[in-house]
Amino acid sequence: MISAPPDARPALAGRARMSPRRKARISRRVQYVVLIIVVIAVALATDWERVGSAFFNPESFRTIASRLPRATLNTVTYMVAAFTAGLGLGLVLALMKLSTVRLYRVLATGYIEFFRGIPALLVVIAFGYGVPTAFDVRFDSIILQIAIALGIVSAAYIAETLRAGIQAVPKGQVEAARSLGMSSTGTLIHVVIPQAFRIVLPPLTNEAVLLLKDTSLVFVLPLTPLTYELTRLGRGALSEADGGMTSILAVGVMYLLITIPLSSLTRWLERTTGYKGHV
Amino acid sequence: MSTNAQGPVVEIAGLHKSFGEREVLRGIDLTVHQGEVVCIIGASGSGKSTLLRCINLLEQPTAGTIHVLGTEVTDPDVDIDKVRTHVGMVFQQFNLFPHRSVLENCTLAQRQVLHRSKAEAEAVAMKNLEHVGLADRANSVPGQLSGGQQQRVAIARALSMDPALMLFDEPTSALDPELVGEVLAVMRTLAEEGMTMLVVTHEMIFAREVGDRVIFLDDGVVLEEGPPDQVLGAPREERTQAFLRRVLDPTHIDPA
Repeated sequence: MISAPPDARPALAGRARMSPRRKARISRRVQYVVLIIVVIAVALATDWERVGSAFFNPESFRTIASRLPRATLNTVTYMVAAFTAGLGLGLVLALMKLSTVRLYRVLATGYIEFFRGIPALLVVIAFGYGVPTAFDVRFDSIILQIAIALGIVSAAYIAETLRAGIQAVPKGQVEAARSLGMSSTGTLIHVVIPQAFRIVLPPLTNEAVLLLKDTSLVFVLPLTPLTYELTRLGRGALSEADGGMTSILAVGVMYLLITIPLSSLTRWLERTTGYKGHV
Repeated sequence: MSTNAQGPVVEIAGLHKSFGEREVLRGIDLTVHQGEVVCIIGASGSGKSTLLRCINLLEQPTAGTIHVLGTEVTDPDVDIDKVRTHVGMVFQQFNLFPHRSVLENCTLAQRQVLHRSKAEAEAVAMKNLEHVGLADRANSVPGQLSGGQQQRVAIARALSMDPALMLFDEPTSALDPELVGEVLAVMRTLAEEGMTMLVVTHEMIFAREVGDRVIFLDDGVVLEEGPPDQVLGAPREERTQAFLRRVLDPTHIDPA
């Protein structure tokens, strides 16, 4: 027999010194005050005129404005081409990593470790100067060259993302499909990959954003003004006018104009390819 | 595959299954005949689900032989996918395909495995959805259905393959109590229509009313088997009695 529970009322009767709610309110006020002091200090210490001429020089902006659309289009093209290459190769690598053939797993792991471990810039340089000579190939299209160079690197990251997504599909889904007599390949195509795709959409967008920024690495390749991407354009404009950082700010804004809609696109894809709830 | 009409539907001999060091099944012999409803009961961890999953090779047996519809599934070179098209399975967690509609859940394997035309597959699916009372939800996705409805779709999905044997792995254990009845009613109808069924369950009333035979599994062996009235009503083994007491009168268990 358990003895009667102790009476907790006397212990609770005394007033607490300060309630958690009041403590939290005071803490919030202190944080606001600190923030306001920091903002005022920075604003007073800054020479706004100099910042204005360095970052917001209208004349410097005018010199590159006409070339921004072309460079933006090139940047997006390089990104889409490289992402397509990376997704295709990444899917193959992910399936190799999940293969029952040990050698495939070893090869895929080696590939992923190698290309995740070296700077993407090295691969771009290699494709610009080493690979054409070594393998006696000529890239007729700069887009193809960039797609392969950046795609090879991003495939390593995408492969890991896809593998995680495929493994995140509940085991019961595979068992249900197999219990209906579906082959392992059929199960993969009709049951696992469609569900894995939805799981990996957010991390894949992340890859796309990283890839977009990695297109800036192609500045080491022999580009012409027609094939300039954003960073190359902004960097070139630095020496053309004394607008200081204005051109860099302008191309930075262009990057944001691409990446922010990309996030909306993911949300839209998640909604339209989505299904309600999960069993 | 030649479905041996005379022979038993399932014939298990000397089945052992180990997970690493742990031996879950320790020598099971079991024969299920055409049209029989066999209910498997037992404590958690007694190997009930493993036994069921060995029959369609979702688990690979460690030793022993299993014949399903005259084909030895424990033969390493068996075409298990072909056997599985004749063996429906219903899971505790339903495992419906969440990215497909109810109708597509029921047609996917028909199209992919049996290569039925779209029209034929949909006709078969609708017939089975009607059978489980969900024809009007054909265009819903699983996430929009209650647990009981999802499990009935899972039954319709399995039936759409025209199986000769149905395996039920605790089909009502994940359901809210008020949804259990609709699933059991579908299973009862199925049994009355002559389907051969192996049911792992904790629903003793179902086992008693619908089962032709009850098997009490304890620690990887069949401890007691017989007609429901005998195994559930007058169990001979002390461990069967103790198990039934725990299940039927759960608030009066002495924790010691």
